Amino acid sequence: MAIFKGHGFIEDEWAIVADDAPMPAASAVISKARFVAEREALTARNAPLGLILRSGETLNGLEEDLERFGLIVLDIPKYTDGRSYSTARLLRERYKYTGELRASGDVLRDQIMFLHRVGFDAFDVTHEGTIAALRDGKIRLVHNHYQPAAREDEEAAPGPRPWLRVSRRNVPGAPHETGIDGGGI
Amino acid sequence: MYRYDEFDHDLVRERVAEFSDQVARRLSGELTEDQFKPLRLMNGVYLQLHAYMLRIAVPYGTLSSRQMRKLAHIARTYDRDYGHFTTRQNLQFNWIKLEEVPKILSELAEVEMHCIQTSGNCIRNISADHFAGASADEIIDPRSYAEILRQWSSLHPEFSLLPRKFKLALIGAPKDRAAIQVHDIGLEVKRNDAGELGFAVWVGGGQGRTPMIAKKVRDFLPEADLIAYVEAILRIYNQQGRRDNKFKARIKILVHEMGEEEIKAAIEREFAAIDKSNLVLPRDAVERIERYFAPPPFDTRFNGAPAFDRARRTDAAFTSFVERNVHPHKMPGYAIVTVSLKPIGGIPGDMTSAQMEAIADIIEQYSFDEVRVSHEQNLVLPHVKLEDLPAVYARLHAADLATANYGLVTDIIACPGLDYCSLANARSIPIAQRLSERFADPARQTDIGDLKIKISGCINACGHHHVGHIGILGVDRKGEEFYQITLGGSGDETCSIGEIVGKGFSSEGVVDAVETIVDTYLKLRESPHEDFLAAYRRVGEAPFQEALYAHAA
Amino acid sequence: MSAKSKNSDLPLVATANDLRTGAVVYRSADGAWLRDIARAEIAEGKDAAADLQQRAEADLAVRVADLALIPIIRDGAFVRPAALREIIRATGPTIDLPTSQPGL
Repeated sequence: MAIFKGHGFIEDEWAIVADDAPMPAASAVISKARFVAEREALTARNAPLGLILRSGETLNGLEEDLERFGLIVLDIPKYTDGRSYSTARLLRERYKYTGELRASGDVLRDQIMFLHRVGFDAFDVTHEGTIAALRDGKIRLVHNHYQPAAREDEEAAPGPRPWLRVSRRNVPGAPHETGIDGGGI
Repeated sequence: MYRYDEFDHDLVRERVAEFSDQVARRLSGELTEDQFKPLRLMNGVYLQLHAYMLRIAVPYGTLSSRQMRKLAHIARTYDRDYGHFTTRQNLQFNWIKLEEVPKILSELAEVEMHCIQTSGNCIRNISADHFAGASADEIIDPRSYAEILRQWSSLHPEFSLLPRKFKLALIGAPKDRAAIQVHDIGLEVKRNDAGELGFAVWVGGGQGRTPMIAKKVRDFLPEADLIAYVEAILRIYNQQGRRDNKFKARIKILVHEMGEEEIKAAIEREFAAIDKSNLVLPRDAVERIERYFAPPPFDTRFNGAPAFDRARRTDAAFTSFVERNVHPHKMPGYAIVTVSLKPIGGIPGDMTSAQMEAIADIIEQYSFDEVRVSHEQNLVLPHVKLEDLPAVYARLHAADLATANYGLVTDIIACPGLDYCSLANARSIPIAQRLSERFADPARQTDIGDLKIKISGCINACGHHHVGHIGILGVDRKGEEFYQITLGGSGDETCSIGEIVGKGFSSEGVVDAVETIVDTYLKLRESPHEDFLAAYRRVGEAPFQEALYAHAA
Repeated sequence: MSAKSKNSDLPLVATANDLRTGAVVYRSADGAWLRDIARAEIAEGKDAAADLQQRAEADLAVRVADLALIPIIRDGAFVRPAALREIIRATGPTIDLPTSQPGL
């Protein structure tokens, strides 16, 4: 299944590996349970390693290992489940995780902006409308925000209220900005 | 009051455009109702029994004449010529068409208003003491902090899909007029011994199915840490609050299940770990917001109010209005006026467009262009010159807004109940109307004194029955409306949850039962100075149970 | 609601709110959604109810929201909902609504 990342859909080079399946030689995504159980063997591998956290699973016990993962997938079983939004911010802001952070599951197009702001940079979504909106550049780009989140590197602080932020760069699936006022609405 | 700058205007415009697009996608069928529901709730649109309902945010209950006139215009143009003020200091319209909501939101945006986060599992409209900036007993005006928290919490990317709704309230006076101990987070602005500004913080209060009084988790949180600390609480709730059962999803259940010590420790741990570099609240930034809430240009040369004195001597109706509905102001020569939205036999909190315009005219001329909505479903004119009170009273009287019953037995809170609400099990408004008519006699009301009756039409407790001195809860019993009575609740600084007095009453019987309770109180009180709540706390339930049930047994 | 069990043998009609306006509507036999409950299709028995439900659900995409099958009582030529909630939905709030022009 194709993943939306950057400005379009790309083929997924990662494979999610079941807990009882043998580890492949290529890029593999495993569960927290398997990682914890087989930590030494897994970290000795040469191929890229990814982690999938089910909604409700925390980062507890993984703090020292996060930099080993080239990909972390946070599962969103239902679009009303907001737990992964906190996990994403913790990964980006507290643990300085710089690898790919992927939102996987039931996501509405109206949530892409929030997901982007909490730190996700890749989307593996099931909702047809969201897929179409990403593909067609129909994600609504919202510029103004009342709070800092996990995009301090790319959001401006317009001041003088220090909590305000403005999105400057393109957001996934949003129309490309052509100028200062361009294309947003 | 707070005024939008270009940033705020742009932010609201972007959101109006976004919701207009969502409505269009729903009407075209791209979105199912299930997918649309959380989006419309985030923008205050409910589907009620008869129509869509639109709930408009009134941040900490403050409105200008321009905003009030816009609400009157919306009532006339898009609804049935009236609106309903709620216990969250908001306004709701009951007869809205979904296809007209985008137009209404654009009209609201013109006067710096919106419906963002008036529903849904997010941080709701932030409420505050409706006497803020005016009351004689106030230590610090909480509104600038309420405004900062309003901004920070609006469309927060991390906290818009919480397990359940989340409500904050602020006060800055020893008297709690905002019921902070029955909120998810309650904040009392205060100074410490060194004179520094900060907050006492309560967490985990709430009403609904499982009423709980909040736990105090910090006695003094420094001002600069406000946002970081609230963010720590919200993150713990977002991650650990229960999502398996809607009825156990509020933070009060998490606080209860973790226990006071553990939740305190968890908050402190998260707070310590949070990167505060971009969340610190600098004094100069607070000061910039405080300027919006600076005292209005009061006339400081007070040397008597002859027209006021004369009216008190000659006009008995004015005198009783002053005694009941006028409260001490911090500035000599000024007063706070409560405008009761509880006329005898009326619908609590309802107001016609003509009345909204009358209020707009009055505040423009007499209250520095400001009116407040109270969580008790009344309006408040915060800054009225004593000398102007007779004129204000006359104008209120002409608009049928001069009922002198603030805090009395007929000043009843009631949710919309089964007449409007799709969640309700029983009607609330007709019970409020019949109680109001039963106790209509002003002399009898005055004799009874302070007494808060609060009515909810279902266990969600929008009518705050748990904290009513007399609380009434409507339930469905085999298809019939039935009413449970609780006694001894209070939402003030002496917060308590009412206790169920015994088996419930039919729709016919409940008004008689309340009268029996009131008569019992009148007989047992030690003096007219012992109000209902004090008497109840002294004697307990037994005499009331005896009076209600003994003869039936 | 406990009224359901008491009313479990009663005939049913399909009701919902009009998607655009929110108005209370009932489904007629020819597939229209009308304000008037008297013109609603009445389903007697389990099979008819399931069939009505299925046809009504097809209208959830763009025509109506909040669909429910509700028990009704026939009273001579008249039809009325059995439960108080639905009576209020059919006839409006039971209170006098506020008006800026009293007496009209």
